[in-house]
Amino acid sequence: MNILTSYFGSNLPPGNAGNQLWALIYVFIIFAGVAVAVLCMNWIERKALAHFQIRLGPMRVGPHGLLQPFADALKLMLKEDIIPAEADATVFWVAPVIGLLAAFTVYIVIPFGPSQAVTDMNIGILFMLGVSSLGVLGIVTAGWASNSHYPLIGALRSSAQMVSYEVAMGMAIISAIMMTSMNAGGIGTLSMIGIVQAQQQQGIWFIFKFFPLGFIAFAIFAIAMVAETNRAPFDLPEAESELTAGFHTEYSGLRWSLFMLGEYAAMIAVSSIAVTLWLGGWMRPFPNLLNGPAWEFIFSLFPALTFGGLALITFIGTARMPSQSFFRIQRMGLGIFAVLLGFIALLLLLIAVVGHSNDASIAARFREGIDYVYWFIFKVAIFMYLFIWYRATWPRYRFDQLMSVGWKVMLPISLGVLILTAIVGVLIK
Amino acid sequence: MNPLLMNPAVNAGSAPVATPFFFYFLAGAAVVSGLFVITRRNAVHSALALIVTLLSVAGLYLMLYAPFVAGVQIIAYAGGIMVLFLFVIMLVDIERVSKERQYNRVWPVGLLAACALLALFVSAIVKGRSLLPDRMVQLPESSNTQQIAAALYGEAGRVGQYTFAFEIASLLLLVAILGAVIMTKKKI
Repeated sequence: MNILTSYFGSNLPPGNAGNQLWALIYVFIIFAGVAVAVLCMNWIERKALAHFQIRLGPMRVGPHGLLQPFADALKLMLKEDIIPAEADATVFWVAPVIGLLAAFTVYIVIPFGPSQAVTDMNIGILFMLGVSSLGVLGIVTAGWASNSHYPLIGALRSSAQMVSYEVAMGMAIISAIMMTSMNAGGIGTLSMIGIVQAQQQQGIWFIFKFFPLGFIAFAIFAIAMVAETNRAPFDLPEAESELTAGFHTEYSGLRWSLFMLGEYAAMIAVSSIAVTLWLGGWMRPFPNLLNGPAWEFIFSLFPALTFGGLALITFIGTARMPSQSFFRIQRMGLGIFAVLLGFIALLLLLIAVVGHSNDASIAARFREGIDYVYWFIFKVAIFMYLFIWYRATWPRYRFDQLMSVGWKVMLPISLGVLILTAIVGVLIK
Repeated sequence: MNPLLMNPAVNAGSAPVATPFFFYFLAGAAVVSGLFVITRRNAVHSALALIVTLLSVAGLYLMLYAPFVAGVQIIAYAGGIMVLFLFVIMLVDIERVSKERQYNRVWPVGLLAACALLALFVSAIVKGRSLLPDRMVQLPESSNTQQIAAALYGEAGRVGQYTFAFEIASLLLLVAILGAVIMTKKKI
């Protein structure tokens, strides 16, 4: 019991406070949260892509296809799991697990708030880069173990692409890390929480620092992270018009879904790196300009407003459902969903109001935590929508174009930004 | 500033990670997967086993309170070099290679060399016991990166302990990169 309650009131992540139990609880919360986020992302991606192409998208399973991800998950779990006769069975079995493990391990250092992380490592960003670069091993081994032409070509493309874009990505990240040392002591940090705190201290998000240097570095990272996660327009490893399905052609059922889960988890992870390094992590917009208790209160209403807005949209959807008796169950389900969302909105509103009036109460601590996590997830969600937007907008690169963009455009620009950042940093000091 | 930086004793209350169990586990994993590297006929299996070896060694670095070295080990070896290894090995015809003799005739010489190296290590530990510290120095893990930076690049205007060696090594690597480019490109 002591280990459960002793963590309350600590200002450190549980990993640093030395509380293994709470670290484990955080791991489970994050794991469940990411799984739910992947389900939502699956539905939003299909709906958004459909609307980009003037289609309706999934409409049959549940109201507006809301239950489609669950139906898909059920289908994938029940589907026959085929291992090709000529495949290397052991490596074929291990490959999706490598990708998934690499994608999920990085979550232990992602800072959702100053203490809302599993742990804070001294080498945080280095750890994230290293472990997420292991994800390519899953793709490469999957392509090789399938013992088939298309997967092998997909795996070769993937490894060449990842190695090329990792260089530009690393340079962009180093220029952001350099900016963390622009303080009185001149000591920078690699820790994820330390990077956000450096932005807090310097009173500026690194995307605006040394304008336009920070912005260019951010843009380089934003392009490279799409290439790193094999998403359109850099989805050559799984280019379906050329390679059937690329590296996962021979995979089916649950194993295939592990690849998809790993891909979406990796997308969320790289988006969190971008948010942490350049967009101020858990900080709300304009913490310096619009400060004071009144602004604090207004910004703390945003989580409640978001859920309230969602509840309103769902209520409108319920009212606009066709009135035939055939749709009665769907109407009821959507209505219950709307009430649930409204209830969450009211709860958040209550916490915001109570937490605002009494600074020392538990509600105040809750309100603080909810604010941090809300703004972090809000920023990550923008990136997740951008991923869908890119996919609907841009045609796929040809492979030689991909390589020349990576090596001849992005790498020189990122090197130039790195050198200029160093020069400007020394001159200003 | 990071609160952990200011307070090195922050992990004092928790159980230490560097327990004998983890040491033997990681060391065992490294040795067993190292044996797999040289005994597997399939080159891709060897490469995968080598990745396990490198990751176990990264874990051992973590146990020595050197997280920066562990991170670099993962990022450079397991994530970078091994991907390039696999990239090349995947293109080899596995069926043909597996029929070839695995060891060539000089394997007794190799065994002899390995034994000599082992003997050297053992004698270094036995003879030099008095020179070695009797227990590990407890380094503050929370500022490991900053300490390495100070040793490599210097701090507060002073040249670091290893600045010269570090810069020479980076110059050598640059020459090697240029040499590789010139050798592979016919026309530049």
